[in-house]
This record gives sequence, C-alpha cells and structure tokens, in this order.
Amino acid sequence: MTWVNTLPLLLVLSSLVPGLIIFALKEKRHRTIRISLNVLGALLKFFWIYLIIRSLDTGLLIETRLPLLPQFDLVLRADNLSILFVILSAVLWLVTTLYAIGYLEDSPHRSRFFGFFSLCVSATMGIALAGNLLTFFIFYELLTICTYPLVVHWGTKEALHGGRTYLIYTLGGGAVLLTAIIWLHVLASSSGLSLEFAEKGVLAGSTLLAEHEAAVRLIFFMFIAALGVKTAFVPIHGWLPRAMVAPAPVSALLHAVAVVKAGAFGIVRIVYDLYGIEVAQELDLLGPLLIVACITVIVGSILALFQDDMKKRLAYSTVSQVSYIVIGVALYGPVGSTGGLIHLVNQGVMKITLFFGAGNFAKTVGVYKISKMDGIGRRMPWTMAAFTVGALGMIGVPPTAGFISKWFLGAGALDTGADWVIGVLVLSSLLNAGYFLPILYRGWFKPQQEEWPKNNQYEGRWETHKLLLIPPLITAVFVLLLGVFAGAPIGLLHWVEMIVNLEYR
Amino acid sequence: MVADIAFWLPLIILVPLLAAIGAFLFPRHSFRFAFIGTLVTAAVVFGSTGLLWQDKEVARHAVGGWGAPLGIDMVLDGLSMLMLLLTAVIGLAITSYARGYFLPKNNSSESWHQYNYFWPLWLFLWAALNALFLSGDLFNLYVTLELLGFSAVALTALVRKPAVLKAAMRYLLVSLSGSLMYLLGVVFLYAGYGTLDIALLGAVATNTPELVAAAALITVGLVMKTALFPFHFWLPPAHANAAAPVSALLSALVVKGSFYILLRVWLVALHPLADTFIPQLLSGLGMAAIIWGSLQAMRQTQLKMLVAYSTVAQLGYLFLLIPLLLRGRGDDIAPLAGIVIFLSAHALAKAAAFLSAGNLLYAVGEDRLSSLDGLTRKMPLTLAAFGVAGVSLIALPPSGGFIAKWLMLNVALEHGYWWLMIVVIGGGLMAAVYIMRVMSHLFLEARGHKSDVKPLPLCMSWPPFGLAVLAILLVFTGVLVTDMLVIGAPWLLEVAP
Repeated sequence: MTWVNTLPLLLVLSSLVPGLIIFALKEKRHRTIRISLNVLGALLKFFWIYLIIRSLDTGLLIETRLPLLPQFDLVLRADNLSILFVILSAVLWLVTTLYAIGYLEDSPHRSRFFGFFSLCVSATMGIALAGNLLTFFIFYELLTICTYPLVVHWGTKEALHGGRTYLIYTLGGGAVLLTAIIWLHVLASSSGLSLEFAEKGVLAGSTLLAEHEAAVRLIFFMFIAALGVKTAFVPIHGWLPRAMVAPAPVSALLHAVAVVKAGAFGIVRIVYDLYGIEVAQELDLLGPLLIVACITVIVGSILALFQDDMKKRLAYSTVSQVSYIVIGVALYGPVGSTGGLIHLVNQGVMKITLFFGAGNFAKTVGVYKISKMDGIGRRMPWTMAAFTVGALGMIGVPPTAGFISKWFLGAGALDTGADWVIGVLVLSSLLNAGYFLPILYRGWFKPQQEEWPKNNQYEGRWETHKLLLIPPLITAVFVLLLGVFAGAPIGLLHWVEMIVNLEYR
Repeated sequence: MVADIAFWLPLIILVPLLAAIGAFLFPRHSFRFAFIGTLVTAAVVFGSTGLLWQDKEVARHAVGGWGAPLGIDMVLDGLSMLMLLLTAVIGLAITSYARGYFLPKNNSSESWHQYNYFWPLWLFLWAALNALFLSGDLFNLYVTLELLGFSAVALTALVRKPAVLKAAMRYLLVSLSGSLMYLLGVVFLYAGYGTLDIALLGAVATNTPELVAAAALITVGLVMKTALFPFHFWLPPAHANAAAPVSALLSALVVKGSFYILLRVWLVALHPLADTFIPQLLSGLGMAAIIWGSLQAMRQTQLKMLVAYSTVAQLGYLFLLIPLLLRGRGDDIAPLAGIVIFLSAHALAKAAAFLSAGNLLYAVGEDRLSSLDGLTRKMPLTLAAFGVAGVSLIALPPSGGFIAKWLMLNVALEHGYWWLMIVVIGGGLMAAVYIMRVMSHLFLEARGHKSDVKPLPLCMSWPPFGLAVLAILLVFTGVLVTDMLVIGAPWLLEVAP
C-alpha cells in the first residue's frame, strides 16, 4: 500500500497549497474563495488524519521520504505522538481560522495574513511529522519565518520592534539548534548510526554513547537551550510578552499550538525518540531539565501576577504553563510522562480559549487592561463564561482538563520520588489562582465603573460578532470534555498512555 | 546529429554572439535580437542539459576539427553544464526585466543610448560567459575572461554619471590587472610544462617552485576579479551604482565566472599544491570576507550598497571549503556539491535581490533605506521577492542557501574544521540582521504619503519573484546537482597521479 505513504506529505500540503493560493488572492473581491480554501484545507486535513489513524491501527509504517541530499532525506512519518500533535493543531487551526475571519474583518492585508497563517500550520504539521533532525529543523525554522509577518501584522513601530525581538531570540535559538544537530550528525556518521527518531531513542547501546559521552551530554543541553527559546524557559522567555503586539488570533495560535508548542514538542522528541528516556536518565540529563522547568513554572507565574495588560498576563501564564509539559517529560516514569503529554493538548485548548476571550474583550468593548474589566461579565456573559472555564482549567479545578494534567504530574512526581515537585505544583496552582481569580471576580461581581472605551454592536442578539463568539465556546466545551471524558475508551488518556508505554517498554 | 550533444556545443556560444552582433548592427531592432537570442540560447542550453543528463558522459567538440593541443576544444561536463544552466535561467529573467527597466519613457537620447547599447553588451557578456564555461584550456579561459571583463565594465558604465564612471574605471583597472596576472601565471605554466590543457597539466605538474609561482599569480589574478576580501574594494561601488539589471548580472554571474576558473584550475592543474598554505589562505580570506562584508552590509544606509556588501560576504562562503575540496578530490563529491549549490543559490537570490531593489528604486526614485517605509501595500510582489530571496541569503530552511550550508557544515565538521561552523552560522545571523533592516522598513505601515509610487510593468515585477522562488526550490535539487556533478567527476580522477 504505497498511497498510504503519501499521507504525511498530503497532511502538510493540505494547508501549504491553500496558503500559497491565498497569497495571490485579491483583498476584498476574493473573500469567499479565501474562506472556502481555508475550510477546505482544514476538512481535507481531517480526512487525511482519519485515513492515517485507520492505517496506524493495522500497524503499517506510514512515512514520506524525499531525498534532499545524498544521505540526507526529508522524512515525514506518522506515529502516535505525531498524530496527537497533528490532531491538536488541525482542530485548533480550524477554530482559530474562523476566529481570525471575524477578528480581521475589513482590516488590510488579509490575504497576506491568511497566507502566512496557513503556512504556519503547515510548518507545525511538518514539525509534528518530522522523522529526523533535518526535517524537524527545516520546519522549525520555517515556522519562525512564517510567524514573523504575523507578529508584525499591524505594521506599527511597536509591532516591528516586537517582531525584531522575536527574531533575535528565535534565530539565535535556531543557530544553536543547527550547531547541535550537525555536531550530532557528524559524531553519529563516524559510528555508523542513523539519527531517525524512533521509540525509546536511537542512542541506547550505541558506540557513540561510549566514545563521546561528554559531547553527547553537551549536545543535549544545546538542544534544550535552543528549543528552550521557543518553549520560553526563564530566562530566555523575553520574546514572548513582546510578541504580544500581534493580533489576537496570532497570539492564540502562537501560544496554543504553533511556536511555544513546537519548542515543547521538540523537547519531547529529543528526550523520548532521539536520546531515549533511559539514556537521558543514565546520563543524568533529566534532573537539570526538571529544575529549569520548575523555575520557569514559578517565575512565570510570579511575573504574571504583576501584569495589568491582559495579553501580557496571559503571556507570562504561558511561560509558566508550557513548562508543565517539560516537567512531565523530565520526571522519569510513565505517570509523569502521561501528565506531560496530556498537558501538551490541554494547555493548548485552555490557552486558546483565554486568548479568544481576551481578543473579544478588546475587539468588542476596547478593554485591554484587567483593571478596566469591572462588570464585563454583564456585557459579555458568554465570552466571560468561556474565559472562566479556561481560567479554572489553568488553575486546575476539577472537572476541567487542567485538573487531569496536574493530577498526573503530581502522581508522577510521587511515583519517581521527586516529592518536592508536588510543592512546586501546589505553589504554582496558588499563583495561578492568584492571577486568574481577580479577573473572574472583576468580570462577574464588580459593578461597571465607567463607559466602555468603545462599544461595537453586531447584528442579531449576539454580544459580539458570531465568528468571535463561537470559537471560544467550542474550545471551552473541549476544556470540559477533556476533563470529564479523559478516561473514556477512545479518550486522550488512553492514547497518551499508549505512547508512553512504547517509550518505557 | 540533433541528438548528438557535440553538435549543440558551438551553438551555446554562437547564438548569443550572433544575436549580439545583430543587435549592435541594427540598433532599431536591438530588442528583437535580444528577445530571440535569449529564448534560443536558453532553449539550446536546456536541450543540451537534457542530452548530457541522458548520455551521462563528458561531451567534447573540437572547433574546426582541430583538437588539443593545437586547436580549440570545448568541453562540457556536469559542472560546466550547471553553470550554463544557471546563466540561462538568470538570463531569461534579465532580458525580461531589462526590457521594462531600460525602455525609454521619453525621447531623450540618453535613454535611447542606454537601451540600444544594453542589448548587444548583455548578449555579448552572455556569450563570453558561455564560452568561459565551455573552455578546457588555460589560454581560452584567458580570452573569455577578458571578454567577460570588458563587457561587464562597459555595462557598468552605461549609466553616465561621474560616480558610476569612477567606479567603472576602477573596475576596469582591477579587471585588467587581474587578467594580466592570470596570463602571466599561464605563461609560467606553459614555459614549465609546454601545454595549456588543464587536464594534461594536471597529469604532469608536480610541486615545484615554478608551479607555486604560477599558482600564486593565477590565484591572485582570479581572486581580484572574484572580489575576495581584501580585493573586494572595487565591488560595492561598481555593483551598487550600475543599473539594476547590470548589478544583478555582475553579482550573480560575472564574479562567478572567475571563481569557476579558479575552481577548475585548482581542482586539476594546481592540485599538486593542495597541501600547501595557499588553499588554507583562501579559506581564511573567505572567513574574513564573510565577517567584513556582513559587518559593512549591516551599517549601510543605502539599499543597493547593502546588497552589494552582502555579495562581498557571500562570496566568502565559496572559498571556505577549498582546502577540503582539494583534499578529498574525486572520492567525495560533497564539498564540490556544497560549493556549487551555494553558488547557484546565491546567484539566484542575489539577482532577485538586486532586481527587486531596482524595482523599489524605480518606484520611489531614491535609494535610502528609510525611503522604503510603507511600500508593502504598493508593491507586494517586490516585497515578497526581496523577502524570499532574503530567506535564501540568510540560508534559513527551506532554501538552496540552507541546503548548501548544511552540506558545507557537515563536510567541515567531519574534517574537524569546527571554526568554519562558527563563521558560517554567525554569517547567517549577520545576514539576518541586514536583511531584516530592509524588511522592517518594508513592513512598516506608512502614514499618508507615497502616492507618487510609479506603477511597475509586469515584466519587471515577476522576474525577481521567480528567481527568488527558484532559490527556495533549490532545496529539492541537492540530489540532482550531485548526480550532475558526477558527470565528468571522473575527469577529476582520471588525471590523479
């Protein structure tokens, strides 16, 4: 069955091709074509995913292989972990596209925006499906290129400044990543080792490990430092709050699936499928990683406390929340890993809900600051409800998705004897509550203080444009479903445990 | 006969040459000659590529039936084919672009003068380049090098302004002295070994003082013409002040001509000197070029100067791997592939960058970076062309520049040349800085003004974009290029002592 092997490529192309066509479209005249292309691409993507899952069940290897250079192939491969990330991106992309259509109505450069938006998703697909380091790097950097025009979309001095900061950090990280990759390649080729991602890693038992232990260890930390830029580890998180100048849908995508997730996903790949969790443990690489992640979780939350700007507070919250994933990876044990991978999905769904909410407040009533939010729940109850679900999820209140993540992370910490991590989780949850509950309190319970800076009315009974309202409601429902049905037979937990079992077998 | 590639070889040179003569003799029809000449030349080159790909062996043609060592031999192997192909692709874009760029808007004699002289000179330059790529002996290479230099200088001087004439004059002097040094080196070789055929020389040459002297002269001469640091001083004013299509030609192709000779000569005739300090020195100068050129590009305030200094930097990459290339001759094609892919990616991207810079200038009328604010709505395609070309110049994936650097870095590190890693990656970051300086002006939303932007004809807006896209698509050609280079790579081996 060779056609199956084109599926990973088709998955990338189903947003790449629409993206390229969209660039050529006229701003105003081709609105319908643009929207249909986006939707068509998204639907096609789901169809390919369906076919892939069906074939995965039969145990087939699904990979597209394209020789780029002698000895170096572009490899796109579907495995359980990649499909997990692919589904997350595909779903959230569709929702965000709808949102962006509503958000950017009548603003300039829509063709450019949606073109790059689609390219971003293609890059994310590529990152998810990458079967070796070269492929991963290509799509990882492609993501950097395609997000830049989105970050500077408004074209103001401030936006360009934010964009420049973003590029300095990410290209710097990319340079370190490339160095690490080539170094490892050269070491591996001298001992005849192929560096294609595989369950349980490729380094275990190789001569490379015995001969170059110090180098292998150093390369690991280079990987972490490089990927840590996009993952926004403290102290290399500085770009994230400054990239908040982007339009809300971009921030949503950046924080939930595209950029920060690419970093976190990369760390997952490096630890599980390149080094292998056993090797990482033997070389004592996980301990430092765990410490970095814990510091990031705490410092990110503390910084979030002091932000009055809504998007900035959410940004620092992302800094902190993404590192939960890394905590899960760094806890040596299946339970912790499960928690980390579940959070990869959960954080995306929760954070995107929050950003949609923040975008709605800004777009509809012109509220950007938390201190101006008093009484907003009365004006926009549905948006506020969705926001509330997302915020409670972040704090980890049952029965939301966030509770499941924190439960497994905590259990994983106990499981491996790293009890102090529980303390980190509890402290972080308190801090989460500290910066989210005041927002909820102001929104629901405080009376309105002054007139809204602006008051956009949209047709119908809706509190805002319906394309702005429906996406957060959908994702809020997901947050609840992911919490309530986590353990269902076809649920997320089941899937993640399948992935984790392969790594610890 | 038609399927025999030897039949096509003379045409690769003759077609542009005849078109040049036609365009010169009949100025009123100059564009017609150029148009047909361009299409036919490109077709002949594409056709021979197909034939060479099919035959998979080196093609030779002895002009007038006189073979080496007396007559003129044309040799076509994978390396020369790739160079011809690159020239043809860029040539198509240049002819299209120049039609819009030079077409006189009024009846001033100045603009007609430019228009009428551009076509024969450009076709002549093309013929010279093609002849250069097809030459197999050192004296023919000298002749083609001179022809190339003269037509390049004449094209630079098309714009009649004092600054331009000064730059062109300096260019002429450097070009002449470079050729003379090369010729002197060739004379040394002839005196020592009695032959000028590169392949024959490779078989008999040994590491003697005469060979070192010849090598020094030839190398310095060619390096001057290639503008390797510290001989780059003539390049930025010449490339920045020439008309945009000419700048593109100079940066994309002309400097590559002398580099190609350097590569050929060192790979075979001068190979006995592979272990001397000279290749190492070239690599070191390459590193210096990357650092110096990038630093200069970062502080330019004029767009075309910035792009020209970027050429100074990017030319440095071509020299980095020369010691490794010579060391692993024949058995490892990877260093050569890295160099050739880089050369092609730079040629396409730099031509695209100069042509889109030309578009910006054409529309705005001035060259300062700050005058570019807010052009994004007016000229989206040009902005895209510059951005996409920039991706390849920075060597971000996916692009030809990236795949070339990837290959270079792998080769460098395998041989323990870890310092190249720092320079190559650092050079990429510096390129990012200067490209982003331009892009951030282009992305800025202007307030109000910029209503006087001249509309661009389609024949000017599309060529840079097409070239930039090709620079990106090169990422998929790594295997093809390597397979092509292997044709005639035994040519590297058969003369190995």
